[in-house]
Amino acid sequence: MERAAGTERVVLDDRDVARALTRIAHEILERNRGSDNLLLLGIPRRGVPLARRIADRIAAVENIEVPTGSLDVTMYRDDLRLRPARALEHTELPPAGVEGKTVVLVDDVLFSGRTVRSALDALHDLGRPRAVRLAVLVDRGHRELPVRADFVGKNLPTSLVERVRVLVAEYDGIDAVCITGTGLHPSEADPARAGGLR
Amino acid sequence: MNHPLLLKGVRPLGGQPTDLLLRDGVIAATGAAAVAEAPAGTSELDVAGLIALPGLVDLHTHLREPGREDAETVASGTKAAAMGGFTAVHAMANTDPVADTAGVVEQVWRLGREAGWCDVHPVGAVTVGIAGQRLAELGAMADSAAHVRIFSDDGHCVSDAVVMRRALEYVKAFDGVIAQHAQEPRLTEGAQMNEGQLSGRLGLAGWPAVAEEAIVARDVLLAAHVGSRLHVCHVSTAGSVEIIRWAKTKGWDVTAEVTPHHLLLTDELAASYDPLFKVNPPLRSAEDVQALREGLADGAVDAVATDHAPHPVEDKECEWSAAAMGMLGLETALSVVQEAMIDTGLLDWAGVADRMSTRPAAIGRLRGQGRPLSAGEPANLVLVDADARRTVRPLGLASLSRNTPFADRELPGRVVATFLRGRPTVLDGQAVEPGTARPAPVGSLR
Amino acid sequence: MIRHLLSAADLDHTEALRVLDTAAELLALADRPIKKLPTLRGRTVVNLFFEDSTRTRISFEAAAKRLSADVITFSAKGSSVSKGESLKDTALTLQALGADAVIVRHQSSGAPHRLAASGWVDGSVVNAGDGTHEHPTQALLDAFTLRRHLAGGVGDLDGRRITIVGDVLHSRVARSNALLLATLGAEVTLVAPPTLLPVGIDSWPVSTSYDLDGALAKSDAVMMLRVQRERGAAGGFFPSAREYSRRYGIDSRRMALLPDHAIVMHPGPMNRGVEITAEVADHERSVIVEQVSNGVAVRMAVLYLLLSGSAGEQDA
Repeated sequence: MERAAGTERVVLDDRDVARALTRIAHEILERNRGSDNLLLLGIPRRGVPLARRIADRIAAVENIEVPTGSLDVTMYRDDLRLRPARALEHTELPPAGVEGKTVVLVDDVLFSGRTVRSALDALHDLGRPRAVRLAVLVDRGHRELPVRADFVGKNLPTSLVERVRVLVAEYDGIDAVCITGTGLHPSEADPARAGGLR
Repeated sequence: MNHPLLLKGVRPLGGQPTDLLLRDGVIAATGAAAVAEAPAGTSELDVAGLIALPGLVDLHTHLREPGREDAETVASGTKAAAMGGFTAVHAMANTDPVADTAGVVEQVWRLGREAGWCDVHPVGAVTVGIAGQRLAELGAMADSAAHVRIFSDDGHCVSDAVVMRRALEYVKAFDGVIAQHAQEPRLTEGAQMNEGQLSGRLGLAGWPAVAEEAIVARDVLLAAHVGSRLHVCHVSTAGSVEIIRWAKTKGWDVTAEVTPHHLLLTDELAASYDPLFKVNPPLRSAEDVQALREGLADGAVDAVATDHAPHPVEDKECEWSAAAMGMLGLETALSVVQEAMIDTGLLDWAGVADRMSTRPAAIGRLRGQGRPLSAGEPANLVLVDADARRTVRPLGLASLSRNTPFADRELPGRVVATFLRGRPTVLDGQAVEPGTARPAPVGSLR
Repeated sequence: MIRHLLSAADLDHTEALRVLDTAAELLALADRPIKKLPTLRGRTVVNLFFEDSTRTRISFEAAAKRLSADVITFSAKGSSVSKGESLKDTALTLQALGADAVIVRHQSSGAPHRLAASGWVDGSVVNAGDGTHEHPTQALLDAFTLRRHLAGGVGDLDGRRITIVGDVLHSRVARSNALLLATLGAEVTLVAPPTLLPVGIDSWPVSTSYDLDGALAKSDAVMMLRVQRERGAAGGFFPSAREYSRRYGIDSRRMALLPDHAIVMHPGPMNRGVEITAEVADHERSVIVEQVSNGVAVRMAVLYLLLSGSAGEQDA
C-alpha cells in the first residue's frame, strides 16, 4: 500500500514566513505595550532562530535589543520512556535569567501541546516569570492538552496522517512551511481504505 | 545368569560387519561361529551399522562420594559413566574424607560394586589429606580390596620436589603410578583462566601455561631419575605435549591424558564470564587445542580422561571468581572425541578404542578392561551410532549435576548400548537398572 | 543506545560522543537554582555495592537523584552473604523491587556481565567497577574532562596524546580508559614497570613504555593510577614504594617535562607521596577535583541514555 508520501506541498514560502514573523513581532509589542521586560525563548531546534528573527524585527521597530535565549525541553518530555533517547539541545539564558520577565516561548509548530507543557515545566525550574506567552509559526490543530497560542503565524488545518515541516534558513538553507501526506480527509486517508480503492 | 545374546551386524572398531555372541560374561564367539554356537533361546539383536568398541575406561572421574553427595554419588556418577559408554572409572581421591586410607578406598570400591553400573577403581591420595606434606599409606591402599594402583592428589599439585620423588620411588614396590596434577602453585595463586590476551582484557588473574609445563618437565626428569612411572593428568598446553613427547623418545615410562573439553573448547568462552566454562586447568588457546589433538593422534598423549567434575547449581550460578572449577564429562566424552578426532580425520575408531579403553586400562593395570573384541575376552563393550547427532540437554543427564559446558550444543554420535561383562547397563540409549529382572533384549537397535 | 553499560567497549564512537555531549548539556544545568530534572520520575535506580566505594556511590546517587529517580542503595559488603549465591539472591530481590537500573560495584571481574546476561533482572545494568576488569563511567568522565581541556569541549580526542601511568595490571580504570580513549581517537601510552603490565597487552589499542620521562614530553595529559603499597614489598611487583615513586611517580621535576598545556589527572583516591606528590596534586594544571564534579554529569547522561525508550524497547 503506497501512500502519497512523495507529495509535498509548500504552504508558506519565504515571503509568507517573513510576513508572519513581522506580524507576530508587532502583535507581541502591542500586547506587551512595548518591549519592556520581554524575553524571547526559542524551543530547539527551529524555535531558536525564529525567536532571534522576531527579536530582530522588534529591534527594527523599537530600536531596542530584546534578549533571546533557548530552552531545551527534552528532559521534561512525557514520552521519554516510549522513544529512543534523544540528544539534548542547548539551553541558554541571558545572565538576568527569567525572574520577573515576560517570557515569550517561540516554537515552529503547535500540535499536541505536549512540547509546550514540557517547556512550562522547564521554565518553572529556572525561575518565576511575570507572565508566559506562546508564539508559533504554524498552528496545525489536534491539541491533546489545554494549550493555546497567543501569537500564530498561520493556522493550518491538517489531517493526522500529514506531516508539517518548517524549514528555516539557518538550518535548512531556505524558509518555508511544507505539508507532506495525502492531503485527504483523515477517514479517506485510512491506508486500508486507500488500498481497497486500487 | 544372563541370557546369551547375539549381536548381529555390528562393526567392531568401525570395521566390517560381523556377529558377536555374548555368553556368561564373555565374548563367546565372533563371526560365523557366533551364529553356529548360539545355544537355543539366545536373544538376537539387530545392531547393523553400529560400531562396537571395548568398554571405555576413564582414568579421571570425580564421583564426590563420600562428602559431596549433593553433587554426585558413586551410584549417579557410575550411571552417567555407563550412559557415556564406560565400563570402568577411576574415582579421584579428593573426597571428604580424602581417599588416603585403605578404609576410604575400600568404601568407594564397595559402593561401586553395589551400584553395579561399571567397575569403580579408587585412586588413592599421594599425601595425607592431599596436603602435599606426608605420604599417605600407599602400600595399604595398594594391598586393600580396592587394589589401588593409581595415586593422585588431583586438585592439588604434589609441588614439593622431594615429596614427589619419594612418592615416585615408593610406588615401584607395587607397580603403582603417580598421576600428577601439574600446577606450580605460586605461579597460579588466585588464577582464574588461561593467561593470555583475553585474561588481560577480562581482568581475570592468569593461569600461565608455564605453570603446568614447569612441573611436567620436572616430573618427567624425576621419574627418569628414580626409574618410576609417571602419569600426567589433564595436559592442557602445547608445551606439555612437547615435553611428554620428548620424554617418551628417551624411553621413560611417562604417560599422559587429555580431557574432552581441552580437545574442543578454547579460552574465548571465558569472555561470557559464565562459570560453566571455568575449569582447572583452564581452557586454553586454539593453538593448544590443536597441539593436544595432534599429541593424542600421534600417541604422545596416551589417553582421553574426562575429569568429570560435578558441581551443584549454586556453585556455578554465581560470579566467575566465586564459582567452582570443573565440568561434567562422562556422558559427552565419546561424542566430543568423535567431533575433535574422528570428524577431523586425526584418529579412526580403532584409535579411539586405544585412547579411551586399551591404554587407560593399561595405565591403571586393569585386567578384564580394554581388551580386544575377540572370542574369550570379557564382554565389556559399547555400541555407538556414529551417524546420530544429538543436542546436549543438561536436564537429561544421568549425573546429579548440570554443569556441562556443552549445554544446548549439538554433538555427533550416540551411545546406544553398554555391556558390563555381558550385562547391558544401557540399551537403546536408556539406562538399565542393575538387578532389575532384565527382559531378554530382542529386536533391533538400528 | 545500548541497554547495559558493562565495558567501555560497549560504546562506539557515535555513542561515546552522545554521552559526552549529553553530559556537557547536563553540566550546564548544574548552575541552576533547581538542579533536579523530572526525567526519571517514577523510575527506580538501585545502587548495588558489594565493595566499598563512597566516592563512586555518592556520584551515582547524586546523578540518579538529580534526574528524580527513586534511589535505593544496597551495600552488600560485610553482610552475611559474601559470595556465590548472594549475587543471584540479591538480583532477584532487586527484580522484585522493580529496579529499572542496577548500578553494580563488585570485587569480582565480570559480575555485572553475569547480572546482565543471567536474566535475573530486567533493568539496565551499569558497571560501576568490577574487580580488576573495568570502570566505564570513570573512563567517560575522564574523557569528558580531557575533552574540556584539550578539545574545547566538543568532538572527540583525535590525535591527543594521553599517558596513563601505574598499576595497569590491576586497574579497571586503565582498562576502560585504554578502550574508550582509543575509540575517541586519542593516542594512549601506558607506562608501568613490566610487572604491572598484563600479558597480552600488545593486543590493546595502545602503546606501552617503561620510561616515564620519555613519555611525558610527548603528552597532552598524564593520568596517574593509584598504586597500592601492598603490591610492593609483599606483592613482589616492585621492590619498594620508594623505588616505585622514584621511577613511576610524578613530582615537580617530572611536571616540568610536560608541555605547558598538559594536564594531570588521577581517578582517586590518591596515595600522595607514592604515585603523585602533594605539589603536583594541588597544582593548577591538576584537574583531579574537576574530575569528581564532571562525574555526576557523565553519570546522569549515562542513566538518561540507558533508561530512555526502555519501555518501548521492551514492548517491541
